Amino acid sequence: MRSCRNISALVSQGLDKKLSLRERFAVWLHVMMCSRCRNFQTQSRFIRKTARRYSDDLQNRLGKKS
Amino acid sequence: MTDRFFTEQALTAQRPVLFRYALLQLRDSELADDAVQETLLAAWQSASGFEGKASLRTWLIGILKHKIADHWRRSAREAEAPAFTQTDEDDGETGEDDFFMSNGHWNGDPKTWADPEAALKQQEFWTIYEMCQTSLPPKMAKVFMLRELVGMEANEVCLEAGLSEANYWVTMHRARLRLRECLEIRWFNNTKREKYHA
Repeated sequence: MRSCRNISALVSQGLDKKLSLRERFAVWLHVMMCSRCRNFQTQSRFIRKTARRYSDDLQNRLGKKS
Repeated sequence: MTDRFFTEQALTAQRPVLFRYALLQLRDSELADDAVQETLLAAWQSASGFEGKASLRTWLIGILKHKIADHWRRSAREAEAPAFTQTDEDDGETGEDDFFMSNGHWNGDPKTWADPEAALKQQEFWTIYEMCQTSLPPKMAKVFMLRELVGMEANEVCLEAGLSEANYWVTMHRARLRLRECLEIRWFNNTKREKYHA
């Protein structure tokens, strides 16, 4: 059984690369049972979305080019 | 990879990423636009300087960094601090963090957030987000911004920030853990605020 430390690290990596089947399965299994890691998963996706929107807003605020 | 005879289209396709990069540094769209134009022009003129060892984008960002540095040298005014620094100083962030206990369990559980989508519509949330992002250690902030705000690929960020792949994963993970915690404390856990939106 992988720890929350380990699973959350995989969740982060999963945002930047495709995890192996084994890793994805481990995350899926863990997250089903662990609300903390599930929250981390949802929230790290939300943070990505927020960062992108922040970047878009910044471009709008500082000028409309590009 | 790419051969040295890149097309004009391939150059201009890199424009949005270059612009976001320059904008975060210069905080001014005119200046950022100028820097990007100069970069593309320089790239076009010295096409033979591109050896295809790095990706086209990495090469262009190298040129852009010089253009931005030129700008700072030219500008005598007290400039606003750029969003991330060009230096590659280490933050000493390699030590053990306190997000997890020694047995691997969470230290400070991630709580469920109430209606994150609604937060995106509120100006005050963005102020807090910006504050959380700015309070990341400098190198971590740079890595996070290059990836998530500028939109560079992970391997490009590694080159740019001088990180090994393993360090990249650790740094991005820590950045997310920190941002998550900061947003939770400053926004989602703030019960006073919930009353406003009840």
